[in-house]
Amino acid sequence: MHALLVVFRKEFRENLRDRRTLLSALVLGPLFGPLLFGLMVSRMLDQSLAESDEPVRLTISGSGHAPGLTHYLEAQGVRLAKSELSEGEARAAVRLGRVPVVLVIPEEYAARFTAATPAPVLLVADSADSQNRKIADRIRVLLGGYSSGLAQSRLEIRGVDPLLAVPVAVNDVDVATPSGRAVVVVGFMTYFVLFAVLMGGLYLAIDSTAGERERGSLEALLSLPVARSSLVGGKILATCAYMCLSLGFCLVAFVVVLRFVPLERLGMSANLGFGTALVFFAICLPFVPLGAALMTLVASFTRSYREAQTYLTLVLLVPTLPIAFASIYTLRTRGSLMFIPSLSQHLLMTSVLKDEPVAALDVWVSAGASLLLALVLVVLTARHWRREALLG
Amino acid sequence: MIEAMSLSKRFGAVEAVRDVSFVARDGEITGILGANGAGKSTCLRLVYGVITPDSGRACIDGMDIRGETSKARAHLGVLPHAAGLYGNLTARENIDYFGRLQGMGGDRLRARSAELARVLGMESFIERRVKGFSQGQRIKTALARALVHDPGNIVLDEPTNGLDVMAIRNLRELMLSLKAQGRCVLFSSHVMQEVAALCDRVVIIGHGKVLADETLQSIRDRNPAATLEEAFLRVLGPDEGVS
Repeated sequence: MHALLVVFRKEFRENLRDRRTLLSALVLGPLFGPLLFGLMVSRMLDQSLAESDEPVRLTISGSGHAPGLTHYLEAQGVRLAKSELSEGEARAAVRLGRVPVVLVIPEEYAARFTAATPAPVLLVADSADSQNRKIADRIRVLLGGYSSGLAQSRLEIRGVDPLLAVPVAVNDVDVATPSGRAVVVVGFMTYFVLFAVLMGGLYLAIDSTAGERERGSLEALLSLPVARSSLVGGKILATCAYMCLSLGFCLVAFVVVLRFVPLERLGMSANLGFGTALVFFAICLPFVPLGAALMTLVASFTRSYREAQTYLTLVLLVPTLPIAFASIYTLRTRGSLMFIPSLSQHLLMTSVLKDEPVAALDVWVSAGASLLLALVLVVLTARHWRREALLG
Repeated sequence: MIEAMSLSKRFGAVEAVRDVSFVARDGEITGILGANGAGKSTCLRLVYGVITPDSGRACIDGMDIRGETSKARAHLGVLPHAAGLYGNLTARENIDYFGRLQGMGGDRLRARSAELARVLGMESFIERRVKGFSQGQRIKTALARALVHDPGNIVLDEPTNGLDVMAIRNLRELMLSLKAQGRCVLFSSHVMQEVAALCDRVVIIGHGKVLADETLQSIRDRNPAATLEEAFLRVLGPDEGVS
């Protein structure tokens, strides 16, 4: 036990002096996620806020054939740019991005309108372009409103109750809580948190294993009257300490960044204050020894610093797999999923973000499963360190 | 005292060490001489117990390195072939780390590292980080680290490899002073002159076997006409590449 603490203290102190370790563990790892996230989300929000205020711009061709429709669109606040394009020209103009959306009114419109048969219009848009699609959607809604208003007048003139033409009235009811809506936006934040945990320990895991071998200090260390499990234990513990620091910094950064993201303006609230950050810390804590043991084990098998770096970069991706799986199948928090580390932490954090109740049993199962797997990996690492092949 | 008794070790198809026995006595410097790949490092690794022999055993002051590992190692200082240091720690921190892992601490450790710094002439650089050290400063730090617990037996694996002339001179003086203090010094080398200059006793190893184990004097006596180099070569046989 004493030797374990000696190793822990030395690894902790030595890496505190290593610029590369500090940069990746305490700056890049924890801040990368929150900053990237803050930038992306505020950009997304700015865009959607700007769009809802801005008038829709529409190029209209053949407006002379439909003065009533033209007038209606203008009254609804659509900025019309009038031009004369054939259908082919309109397609080409939209495809090349010269104009966003074109409404083409063909010559036959007037005649068919007067005859009260469906009068055709062409709405030319590019649905692969999300900006474009939004404008087209709004124009489609306006056209639908114009069409149904006219239909009702026509029925009334013929002495028919226009309500007969509305057999079903659809009312939208959205049950998403303000926090719940924000989760769509904030959802992938949990990955950044787990990423910061692993980044925090990355260099220490390499330095204390492959680095020790490459430096040539391993054999001297192994010739001391110290159990190898104590050496491994101290090294993993030091890796854990750096992971905890990184996790803490990352959560604080998220709390600060989310203060500057205008979620409230969209009627959302991200349920993330310092209290929640503490809860997140507690949820992720059992993941820390798991990550540390996994990285130390993988790094112990490698021959050199570079080789260790290559393999551990892959390990950084491991926690994404269950999370990616979960988002593809839109899994909800379920007892059985709590046995899967990283996924269980992701689901618990998401629940907390959504302000949903979290079952105490789920928290215990998540922590227990992660710690159990961590223990298995620690034992495997210690066993590997007892092998002669370790010397290389 | 270090005793190797019928040590054998095989790595896959290669018999690295075959039935090797020798004794390194207190107050003497014992040299293991052999070509590169003759099995010197494996012998020493078996002695300080980082690898397990297939048969035979090694004892430090009578204690089996496999059976009573911790006790035996407390009497043994090791300077392995690769004696790397921790660059971000100072020389003192490097020494203290090993001292604490040897179970030392407090005043005893402070006094011991001060003594080593004085004896090895490290006072001017002991508080500096190891990163920018010269070879001489490095070997002194590594040696201080190996000696921190004041062991009666010291094993050095090719200690002069890659050192410059000044550092080699330093190291020789240090080994002689360890001998003068009555310690048992066991070291390996493939450089004949080095062994001749330092050793009381020579163990010559070729293809994993002991070819000779005698005092320098007896080698000279048996071959009175030859130079020491020729005498060594006669023992080794014609195809052993020793420089």
